[in-house]
Amino acid sequence: MSVRSKVIEAIQQIAKEQHVTLPVLSDDLSLHETGFDSLAFAILVARLEDETGVDPFTISEDAAFPATVGDFVRAYENVPA
Amino acid sequence: MSPREIFALRDHLGAELTGRTLSDAHHVVSLTDILSQTVLGGRLRELSGRAVLLKLSDQLRSGLAMIELDGIARRMLLCPPDLNPAHLDALIADAGVDAVVTDEPDRWAATGVSLVITAQLPLQATAPAQTERATEWLMLTSGTSGVPKIVGHTLEALTGAIVAEGPARGPAPVWATFYDIRRYGGLQIFLRAILSGGSMVLSDPHEALADHVVRLNARGVSHISGTPSHWRKLLMSGSAAQFAPGYVRLSGEIADQAVLDGLKAAFPNSSVGHAYASTEAGVGFAVNDGLEGFPANYLGNRNGVEMKVVDGSLRIRSTRTAHAYIGRNAAALADGDGFVDSGDIVELRGGRYYFVGRRGGIINIGGLKVHPEEIEAAINRHPDVRMSRAKSRKSPITGGIVVADVILADGTDQARAKEIRDQILDQCRAHLSSHKVPAVIRFVDALDVTPAGKLARTDA
Repeated sequence: MSVRSKVIEAIQQIAKEQHVTLPVLSDDLSLHETGFDSLAFAILVARLEDETGVDPFTISEDAAFPATVGDFVRAYENVPA
Repeated sequence: MSPREIFALRDHLGAELTGRTLSDAHHVVSLTDILSQTVLGGRLRELSGRAVLLKLSDQLRSGLAMIELDGIARRMLLCPPDLNPAHLDALIADAGVDAVVTDEPDRWAATGVSLVITAQLPLQATAPAQTERATEWLMLTSGTSGVPKIVGHTLEALTGAIVAEGPARGPAPVWATFYDIRRYGGLQIFLRAILSGGSMVLSDPHEALADHVVRLNARGVSHISGTPSHWRKLLMSGSAAQFAPGYVRLSGEIADQAVLDGLKAAFPNSSVGHAYASTEAGVGFAVNDGLEGFPANYLGNRNGVEMKVVDGSLRIRSTRTAHAYIGRNAAALADGDGFVDSGDIVELRGGRYYFVGRRGGIINIGGLKVHPEEIEAAINRHPDVRMSRAKSRKSPITGGIVVADVILADGTDQARAKEIRDQILDQCRAHLSSHKVPAVIRFVDALDVTPAGKLARTDA
């Protein structure tokens, strides 16, 4: 499974658990517009870390938290395996 | 003025009750004629009035030494098996120890302790001793870091709850516990066995659980106690089916509804009760209605135990509490009114108080305080869950999130793991506020339990 589809699947799973209705997840959708609160993002990052072995937001101190869905996915894609 | 009559352990033993034994995995010792025997090589006289450190590698000799020393020594300090040797010097200084009872005399040769006595089996014949004084019993707290605190008790305080309950009806009980008798919870059971005219079967840390259960059965154990973690391990082991004790007791950790129900299902003909006690606060109360928590009307003065809730924590005043922390820089054990703060946080819901956790065990989740025990109780409600542990994990987003390690019941189909995980999460969302719901659930085969029988919480 590609990194992108892992991230999207995790977002959809958490949305279901948190009873969040997601808009269409286009790359330029701002993370704010997903309807996720900070707790939902924290869960997402923790689960992706377990699945992919990386947490791109802790690895680098100066990593800015992404603004859009596309930025978020790329943060995982750009981590060296 | 005549001195108050002093009872020591020896005064609860005598040749009139036959067939009483104290046993471990290797030895069976008759308690019937124990007063004319010695585990101290006949050197009890030398320990009269001394502050004695009891540092033995097994519970059997420890128990026999307690029987001999009580009423003779001025103090005895019980060392649990997991005591960090690096703390011994501080404990010896704080308790003013001037004698050691050990089974490793060579290790004490070069220390400053002037009198070293070896405890040995088999027992030797000796003339029975007479009680001389009320010995002070010193126990250690089971905190995870630093030098443990020394807690001072008297036999009268330690046995207050046992005496209040009165003698057991029916045949003399055979007691057992998963605890070590050098800890408060285990010592309570040892003292019950002595005072009740019954027998006791000791645990052995090197013995497999299945073998332990075989031994409990062979010795006819009727009453048995342990922490909820001990009991969950037994329920998971598959050995419970071969065992049918009359009385099952839980203490030392929060007994949640899941473990109470699990024990009731495993032992349908047993009474299952949970007791509240701590090394400092003594025995508070027992709950025998099969429900977690305790009725709100237990607060106030009940059978000589006064309880109140202040700032969320349970406070206890009674003649069963310890009387002091012992040592040079010892803090006060009770407040100005004599109440001991248990540090156990309770919550009132519908006429009943529920334990939610330890004050010192709070984990921080994004700035919010969370008791891991509360989350574990919600997870443990799932019928396929045997045991769980919640903890915090760092999060770059919120600072911290809750993660949980879960042990599933034996024989759970691994293919159902995802379904069970979703059910657990649904259940947690129904009972907990959102920041307490685990972000990640991991299924594991085992969880660490401390030597004191409690779920290991390294991050607490």
